[in-house]
Amino acid sequence: MSPEHWTRPAHPADEPDNGVTSGPPAATAAKPTREQVIAGLRATSEGGADLVQLLTPEGERVTHPDFDIDLTAAQLRDLYRDMVLVRRFDREGNALQRQGQLGIWVPLLGQEAAQIGAGRALRSGDMAFPSYREHGVAWCRGLDPTELLGIFRGTDHGSWDPLSTGFHLYTIVIGNQALNAAGYAMGQKFDGKVGDDDGEATMVFFGDGATSQGDVHEAMVWGSVYDAPLVLFCQNNQWAISEPLERQTRVPLYQRAAGYGFPGIRVDGNDVLASLAVSKWALDECRHGNGPVLIEAFTYRMDAHTTTDDPTRYRLSDELEAWKLKDPIERLRVHLVREHDADQAFFDEVQAESDELAARFREFCFSMPEPDPGRIFSEVYADPSPAVTAQRDELLGYLDGFAEQPAAAQGGVH
Amino acid sequence: MAAPAMERTDVTNGSARPDATRTVTMAKSLNMGLRSALEQDPKVLVMGEDVGKLGGVFRVTDGLQKDFGEHRVLDTPLAESGIIGTAVGLAIRGYRPVCEIQFDGFIFPGYDQIVSQLAKLHFRSQGKVKMPVVVRVPFGGGIGAVEHHSESPESLFAHIGGLKVVSCSNPVDAYWMLRQAIECDDPVLFFEPKRRYYEKAELNTEAQPPPLFASRVLRRGTAATIATYGPTVPTCLAAANAAAEEGTELEVIDLRSLSPLDLGPVFESVRRTGRLVLASEAPPESSITSEITARVQQECFYSLEAPVLRVTGFDVPYPPTKLEKHFLPDLDRVLDAVDRSLAF
Repeated sequence: MSPEHWTRPAHPADEPDNGVTSGPPAATAAKPTREQVIAGLRATSEGGADLVQLLTPEGERVTHPDFDIDLTAAQLRDLYRDMVLVRRFDREGNALQRQGQLGIWVPLLGQEAAQIGAGRALRSGDMAFPSYREHGVAWCRGLDPTELLGIFRGTDHGSWDPLSTGFHLYTIVIGNQALNAAGYAMGQKFDGKVGDDDGEATMVFFGDGATSQGDVHEAMVWGSVYDAPLVLFCQNNQWAISEPLERQTRVPLYQRAAGYGFPGIRVDGNDVLASLAVSKWALDECRHGNGPVLIEAFTYRMDAHTTTDDPTRYRLSDELEAWKLKDPIERLRVHLVREHDADQAFFDEVQAESDELAARFREFCFSMPEPDPGRIFSEVYADPSPAVTAQRDELLGYLDGFAEQPAAAQGGVH
Repeated sequence: MAAPAMERTDVTNGSARPDATRTVTMAKSLNMGLRSALEQDPKVLVMGEDVGKLGGVFRVTDGLQKDFGEHRVLDTPLAESGIIGTAVGLAIRGYRPVCEIQFDGFIFPGYDQIVSQLAKLHFRSQGKVKMPVVVRVPFGGGIGAVEHHSESPESLFAHIGGLKVVSCSNPVDAYWMLRQAIECDDPVLFFEPKRRYYEKAELNTEAQPPPLFASRVLRRGTAATIATYGPTVPTCLAAANAAAEEGTELEVIDLRSLSPLDLGPVFESVRRTGRLVLASEAPPESSITSEITARVQQECFYSLEAPVLRVTGFDVPYPPTKLEKHFLPDLDRVLDAVDRSLAF
């Protein structure tokens, strides 16, 4: 199926006058079949007029009339470095789970370009609301990757400060964060932080599955009617656990934006340059008060949904193999070699750095202390609740009783 | 069973300066509370469906948008998850949103955001993110409304760690409790007994208010204790007046705070009276009244002269309005429970 199969259904006004002046439009050959519609959802994986791309899968630099970007060789190398390092600690997280060190891991493999492109477009005054796979965005917000471990090892629910990092806590309930982000963006607007080059914006991350959630729909309504500086960044990785894209939608996701009255753009999510360019544009629109914007980053989840998942049950290896050819890191590597004189020494250097990061990540994981039992009760409320305090005291007192037993045994009771 | 009348606490404040005291309905006192909070803190927002030009379906927000503008008093799109979810985001940004849910039965689309985000963000962030959000919920029956307009879902929220749940029962508490809830850095579910919106009392806005998360003895008595909250407080006070005419002095406690529960005054009272009757419109199973029953038997086991008895709604969906007189605890059902308690 070629992308041409996804064309908008013929509008009655476009049709030849057949003398009918009212009633529903007659069925025409132009109306796509169900199969054609579903094929159209995936069609732009091969490129197409509605896909913003600046770097082809072969590493060739192409231009786009609306979303070009001028980056130095050093900046391109930095983007490459970001993607390699993020992939490296993501793989380490996966391995740590397999070795029983983490309860679960959520792989980002294959989505590095979408996340680094979007993450590097954000400024310090901006706010990002992640779902739970946004390790690459966390990296761009300056979080140390080790800060992500606590959630997956089960020592905390997020150890970083959302306000100072500009990176909200991971959100597990699908789509909740879209509304939280819409509210935050409304606050930026109410604070008068919108309207010029120095304006602030909010970017919220969610997947294709989340677009079926009411909260994401409501976030688009709220963002639209309050003209909030909100970039809705959908990583369409084609699968919501085992549910394919056609189980979420019958229109390409970016086209939904039109129904809310703001721009929707589909970008090649495996192209870090395009992802960066489109994100910068969208954030800039928001800074100037022209938000919201919906970005659909067309990408692919190369690994499982989480380490509890088995994608071989629901998707074919052909699909995976096809997407391997669009790898976001490889295409930038080829481009750097061909056009920017990147030599082996550079790639070796990045590789060495990534290995060091992975080792540090692993060591940190092993050395994470057991949380204090008091953490169960701490910071439940800003103003402590007497009942919670009493329950804490009871548990800690109970546990203290155990601590005395070894000493008693040493005393030679027997 | 004659017992001497003891101190009676009126719901109005004492020592009021005449010019600071007005006779107001509860709807008006809530309006005054919101107005005062909007005036004092530019970060306070009022948001919900119809809260602006219309002034809310019960007119609690009447005139606020006109005076504070549409960015302080927000007429929102019609979606409860959206109201709560954006309030969470505004709170992260440093605002103090006061959300209005039009009716109790409409809170469920917002329940996900309340439970999943609002309740948990302070804990998850280890205190780095504050959630000073108030969710106002007109609740309970007795106004002859169609279905989904007369429910008592407060126990569902009291069960959730991270939330605070309160219910006012009179205009004076309504004013002060709302002010204090807005000042609180924790999320507060604020249940307003809608059939009491237009009952009046004298409100002194310069008085010293009692603490928010505390129950309050409204009437002293020795024969038995009645603990209640929200719409059934006036019912129980009326029952106590009726009992007093027959020489039975009942102690009446307004719980006010449902999470955390302030049961100290209840324990103290039960230790004196030996008897406890609980009244609430909510279905009894897994409710505020079942929680109090459990804790009283745990704390006051040797003081009890009778089992704890409950006068409540039933474990059914709220009935059609022609039947609600049988569903809602009324004066006779309360007195019947008191008689059964005294007969042990």
